[in-house]
Amino acid sequence: MIAEAFSFPEINSILRWKDLFSTFNKVALIAVAAAVIGSMIFILAGRKNALEAPKGVRNLAETSVEFIENGIVMQTMGKDGLGWTPFLLSLFLFVYLCNVPGIIPFLQMPATARMAIPMFLALLVWVIYNGVGIKHQGLGGYLKSTLFPPGVPAFLYILVTPIEFISNILVRPFSLMVRLFANMLAGHILLVTFALLTSSLITAETSQFLLKPMAILPFFMLVFLTAFEVLVAFLQAYIFTILTAVYIGGAAHPEH
Amino acid sequence: MEALARLIVTEPPQTPADVKAAAAATSAGFAYGLAAIGPGIGIGYLVGKSVEAMARQPEAAGMVRTTMFLGIAFTEALALIGFVVFILIGL
Repeated sequence: MIAEAFSFPEINSILRWKDLFSTFNKVALIAVAAAVIGSMIFILAGRKNALEAPKGVRNLAETSVEFIENGIVMQTMGKDGLGWTPFLLSLFLFVYLCNVPGIIPFLQMPATARMAIPMFLALLVWVIYNGVGIKHQGLGGYLKSTLFPPGVPAFLYILVTPIEFISNILVRPFSLMVRLFANMLAGHILLVTFALLTSSLITAETSQFLLKPMAILPFFMLVFLTAFEVLVAFLQAYIFTILTAVYIGGAAHPEH
Repeated sequence: MEALARLIVTEPPQTPADVKAAAAATSAGFAYGLAAIGPGIGIGYLVGKSVEAMARQPEAAGMVRTTMFLGIAFTEALALIGFVVFILIGL
């Protein structure tokens, strides 16, 4: 006879929040707050004097612009990609500020752990890099350079072209979406698991007196995983942005 | 599936709904476990090679690090698609 002392709650109870008002729940609130905070950083920084040394919020804004320029644009698109900095900066800040609430107390839900925001961002990036390719090379030229890559012997096109089509046009947005979504969802589920283990061990009504101090073990895992989620939140935002930059750069200037 | 279920619990599932739940739980675990083997090897190899490259030529460390992150993103996506399958089958 198996007695169940503890079972993982149903997945919807850690992912579905009640509506604050009609069709607007905590996840939507976090997404809106991420957009507002990201914009306010730059609106407030733009009011400061541009000629003196930056400090405060202007320092933060300039640091993030330099990070995008040096770390993402110059690495993947070169100098003529610098016009894309505002778009990449907004994308990076929005994804980062949506990932971080996974570890903030009282919020504790990354807004990107639901499929809607990663799906919309991946669709946006898909439209943009295909649009850039069509604009720079024309529709026929873009399709030719994507689906029929140069340097491949002609008889291999039967094999290579479907692979290139699926890989460049179908799988790229899908993998962008799934990478961001599944990373944040996995981190959220892990944090919930260890928090539930800790609290159920602490509040267990049992006669074995050694059971309650065992709660220190899942607590250490919880602390370690929270620190790891700090890294993962930043890394996923960085990877989303740098892959966007790679796709846009590849569409604008295909390799010869 | 019933044999595997017999390994884990003392009372094998009787009703069809129980059998379905047992099979779902077993195969969900298998799905993610098998999906994590390939990317684990791939990411380990990739990071090892990039550490070697950074040690051979420290001036190129920035570019090697960027390419390493790109490669990690691509291979990790495969493991995460397996994780999505795990979620879809049901915890």
